[in-house]
Amino acid sequence: MAELSTDHLLGIKYITPKDIELIFSIADNFKEVINRPIKKVPTLRDVTIANIFFENSTRTKLSFELAEKRLSADVINFSAGASSVTKGETLVDTVNNILAMKTDMVVMRHPNAGAAAFLSKHVDAKIVNAGDGAHEHPTQALLDAFSIREKLGDVKGKKVLIVGDILHSRVALSNIFCLQKLGAEVRLCGPATLMPKYIESLGVKIEPDFRKALEWCDVTNMLRIQMERQETKYFPSLREYTMQYGLTKKILDSLDKEIVVMHPGPINRGVEITSDVADSEHSIILNQVENGVAIRMAVLYLLAEKIKR
Amino acid sequence: MQPRVILNSTQLQLTINRLCYQLIENHNDFSNTVLIGLQPRGKYLLNAVTAQLAKINKKLPVINGNLDITFYRDDFRRGDVLKANTTEIDFEVEGKKVVLIDDVLYTGRTIRAGLEAINHFGRPESVELLVLIDRRFSRHLPIQPDYTGKTVDSVTKEKVKVEWKGLDKKNQVLLYTPNE
Repeated sequence: MAELSTDHLLGIKYITPKDIELIFSIADNFKEVINRPIKKVPTLRDVTIANIFFENSTRTKLSFELAEKRLSADVINFSAGASSVTKGETLVDTVNNILAMKTDMVVMRHPNAGAAAFLSKHVDAKIVNAGDGAHEHPTQALLDAFSIREKLGDVKGKKVLIVGDILHSRVALSNIFCLQKLGAEVRLCGPATLMPKYIESLGVKIEPDFRKALEWCDVTNMLRIQMERQETKYFPSLREYTMQYGLTKKILDSLDKEIVVMHPGPINRGVEITSDVADSEHSIILNQVENGVAIRMAVLYLLAEKIKR
Repeated sequence: MQPRVILNSTQLQLTINRLCYQLIENHNDFSNTVLIGLQPRGKYLLNAVTAQLAKINKKLPVINGNLDITFYRDDFRRGDVLKANTTEIDFEVEGKKVVLIDDVLYTGRTIRAGLEAINHFGRPESVELLVLIDRRFSRHLPIQPDYTGKTVDSVTKEKVKVEWKGLDKKNQVLLYTPNE
């Protein structure tokens, strides 16, 4: 059987459509496992995984930790806030110290783009990128595409809209790569100030009119405005943003078709999406969270297979 | 060298029929029994057994499912990349008499993984093992079948394959001996 073409999961950009299909097929198996009375398999019992988070996270960190524990791996957690990083230690030193304690894999989130790729060249462990700056968040893109596949049967040929703060979003970039590799069509919508320059060179179209964009798509992925990454004002006010790009029940009901609503979380209710939409039958937001565990189990399983014995 | 036929289609059918009667002897009306085929090839034997049981007595309510043991194997990271199959167990295992079904019993490692996997669905009252072919003197673990179709003496480099119509050419069991 095929194996992953890479030794690390640094981004969707670096993996092949075949890799994605392989991850999905294993994730199908793990989805069945996590719905059993005992949601655990012993596969990774001799593997130790370090979760290193230099940036805040709730969902991703919990999801990875749960995935690791359901595979019976030993898990150590590290948050930068309470660590020697504040005492001036470098990234490579920090990670090498953790690896000296005999860990095999590192799941890392870092505020700087390329941190995971940098680490993979300097330390001897399998690296899983859990988000690096505004670059990539591969497992999020995988679980998004997996959720679309689950809901609509296939990703190929589907029209997916990504709305909001594309400029600061690693989710958007990974989603574009992942959806395109699986044969979906991607369009972006949001304020022009939050569109990265040259984003169209990736083969995506920008549709500034939110309503037109919704009429075009099968799936809409509503991103959060990343206030913590914005140093200047990109639009006059949140209220104005909501008026133009907020998804409400009223807009959904006025469309002549049903579309699937996704959100990578955390939701800012009443900003990019109203509560009645987030909690409606159109929304697969909680399915995304459940699938996240299965996808991460699949990624860890396939990378663990490559650890030298 | 041509493979040697260990059981032809008729013999295979007779063997399955006998195994079914042995099951009925021990499990009566199957009211507290579940049959579980081990993926990937045990599934086909399970299908043959349930079909034959239905022929013998239509009223038998034979609960059955398939179990994939990939994630419980003891050779993860020690050889080939393992491909998982589906597990279909949509019934309670707790308190049931479980009969694990596989086509060939060789080292016993698959069965060991199966025993561990089945416990993750609940605590069975008992677990038995039914195999079509028991390759004697090749066990790595102290595991023996409760129901055996045929016992075969073979050396390590030989290979036993159970073929099923639809999947392969016809129903038969073959012994492959590699050329010297």
